[in-house]
Amino acid sequence: MWVLRGLRNGVVTTRWPKRPDPYADNWRGPATVRDPRPTNTDGLDQICPTGAITTETAKTARPNGSVMTASVRLDQGRCILCGHCVAARPDVFAWSAGAAAAALTRGGLVVPLIPETDENLASVRRGLRERTAALRRSVHLRHVDAGSDGTEEWEILALLNPVYDVHRLGIFFTASPRHADVLLVTGAGAKGMTEPLRRTYDAMPHPKVVIAVGTDAVSGGLVSPSYATTGGVGGTAQSVGGRSGDRSPPVVSDPRIHPAVSATPEEGAFSPSSPTPNPEISGFGRGGEADPEISGFGEGVCGGVGESVPEARGVPVDVWLPGSPPSPFGILHALLLALGRLPGGGVSAGRTGREGRTVSEGRER
Amino acid sequence: MTAAALTGVPALWDALTSEVTAGRRFAGLFGTPRPEGLLLSAHLAGDDGVRTLEAVLPAGAASYPALTPRLGAAFWYEREIHDVFGVVPAGHPRLAPLILPPDEHAAPRHVTGHGMFTIPHGPVRSGVFESIEYLVETPGEDIPHVSLRVFYKHRGIEKRFGQLTAADGVLLAERAEGIASVAHALAYCHAIERIAGVSAPWPAALVRVLHAELERIANHLDVAARLADAAGLAVATARFGWHKERALRLVSRLCGSRFGRGVVVPGGVSALPLLGPAGILDELSQAEKAITADATALMGTASFLDRLRRTGPLRPGRAREHGALGPVGKGSGFTDDARGARPYDAYSALGLPPARPHTGGDALARLRVRWDEVRQSFQLLRQATGELGEAAAAGPLRADLTETHGLTGRAVGWAEAPQGEVLYDAATEAGRITRCRPRSASFHNLVLFHEVFAGDILTDFPFIEASFGLSVAGVAL
Repeated sequence: MWVLRGLRNGVVTTRWPKRPDPYADNWRGPATVRDPRPTNTDGLDQICPTGAITTETAKTARPNGSVMTASVRLDQGRCILCGHCVAARPDVFAWSAGAAAAALTRGGLVVPLIPETDENLASVRRGLRERTAALRRSVHLRHVDAGSDGTEEWEILALLNPVYDVHRLGIFFTASPRHADVLLVTGAGAKGMTEPLRRTYDAMPHPKVVIAVGTDAVSGGLVSPSYATTGGVGGTAQSVGGRSGDRSPPVVSDPRIHPAVSATPEEGAFSPSSPTPNPEISGFGRGGEADPEISGFGEGVCGGVGESVPEARGVPVDVWLPGSPPSPFGILHALLLALGRLPGGGVSAGRTGREGRTVSEGRER
Repeated sequence: MTAAALTGVPALWDALTSEVTAGRRFAGLFGTPRPEGLLLSAHLAGDDGVRTLEAVLPAGAASYPALTPRLGAAFWYEREIHDVFGVVPAGHPRLAPLILPPDEHAAPRHVTGHGMFTIPHGPVRSGVFESIEYLVETPGEDIPHVSLRVFYKHRGIEKRFGQLTAADGVLLAERAEGIASVAHALAYCHAIERIAGVSAPWPAALVRVLHAELERIANHLDVAARLADAAGLAVATARFGWHKERALRLVSRLCGSRFGRGVVVPGGVSALPLLGPAGILDELSQAEKAITADATALMGTASFLDRLRRTGPLRPGRAREHGALGPVGKGSGFTDDARGARPYDAYSALGLPPARPHTGGDALARLRVRWDEVRQSFQLLRQATGELGEAAAAGPLRADLTETHGLTGRAVGWAEAPQGEVLYDAATEAGRITRCRPRSASFHNLVLFHEVFAGDILTDFPFIEASFGLSVAGVAL
């Protein structure tokens, strides 16, 4: 009986990436910059709740004296697709179209692209090619949730439904990290998952590829800054430029919190007023009477938990995929990008028609 | 809000237990640090709304008499308070870390005897799952005890709320438990709207119902697909996976997000659906026909029903005592649906279509509840879409919350998620959140997982887990 039901609706599977798919091409991706040099930049960097938008003023020498020009940048790795910027300043910001949101470098998620040396990009690309060349047509995935909101898991699972059917591309999910070639990591980098994530990564055989799935995994999204997360799965060491430099995001110095709310009065309300913890339970890292700064919530607890995690280590990310959550097509695109299997340079993935993209070589097409 | 302040914790517990005895449902116990000490707020749900009882534990007090021995449903709530604030509920049966990752991860053991061993199942599990660890204690086949450790993916959401404005808070609420984004956004906005003293205009209230019910259908289809997968029904898994994909695509055609994100905002909704009422109705009728046919086939597949019948039983008495939420409670005869009992938005006018009572308490009863809810959802969707066709042109989509900038107060908001009632206890000062405590149905229900393995064996585990249909993100927050 179920066999007949299975045949009832014919083939529902997409032919993407061999054929274009309207759902992939029309997908509403992260916000992008339509006009990188707007005349009016007042309050632009205050719009974004995750601080993805930064403005800069530069002095340009002209024959008739110097002129101040303002420029705006948007880090899609922080974009949670709330649309506040598109609603507030449609002259400067727009939605990007298409599911192809992933980039091979963290800096590749910034629009307009910060010019990177061809050498650097080529070496990243070459390094990945060398690792993935041996994987060819049978690739096994392992997923680890490092503090997601649960939606990324749904979208990864969707790859198994008959519409996306990732098996048709020779891609399979595996239970054991020992059999895995690709690690999909979701979530903002919950500190409780740092060790399990690292152990899973270490258990995978070489060559291995890591994909950060979703804005939370890329940068921590709206969930970070938080005492309980590392602000993305790349780990603090990597995301602030401690690693080899080439993968670190070029613009991360902007405040993570909306400046208007950074000085919160509730710090007073949360401050050293809670009952003194029982020394007996200080084993949980909550300290004792000695430390009046233990506030019962937040920083005091943070210190305790932080001690139990020696260093906020992440895993080295190869492909950065923003989205809150990314669509299944976006995950599929990121996978094929990592494996170097996008046909025709991946143009059908839907990056075509993107507004505000002035430099294109930073992103694999 | 209706908050009654009591002097002393024992007086609070007395008042609380007598309210529960009188028929109110215990809905949550939260701690809030105050200059004078730790404020304990207990929420009680009834047909007239959510009532709050409070008492202050004076600063310097290291412990208080535990509530859990008198009211078992407080088991996890008191552990969380202990985790976060360090105060000891004296007499609590088991004060192991719940939401904050501890220094040592030694596995607790509850059952001892010949051949007993513990299977640590998680936090990285085979398949695409959220991170949670089940410690299954077993002599080989039976499961005498299961321990849960949920702290792995704790994200500090509650603290993060305190850094946001009331307007931006809804974005974080949507990410507290992503598969119930709309319900969390609704519960949060209801709290903010209650502080501001406004309610969503009629067209916005209809759009909210539209998205909330589509979310419910997608979630229930997800559970059906997981159950079919556990039973090895490949075609059924694919069919329900396809139906779920179509439901998510319909949501994305309405608003651009597959999870209805960005639709619900404090005061109303951000925009009308991008698809017209006629288009929505057309999609709905196609989806309902296809889903109903496959659901009927699934409920007639004997090999599938055999795996669910008498699996993971939750006694009706236990469900009532705990105040089990959503399909878990309804499957055991405890029906408390916020849409009907404490209606909000357009539910007050549309009403909740009647549902059959279920008392089986097993995984099968929970699945039957879900199919009933899917039927109700389609009915509500048709009603709401029809009304929307007439109401759309008239009036604004957002109540004026310009007062938000001076918004100060505290209120409780609720909404019925696919998992059950979601509760938000929010406080704002001059338009900014000072404290916001979400309580998901997943948090309240997951603790019952300890108790539903009577007579079940290891291979029943995936059925029981799927039949609960919860999200770990909403538990560890």
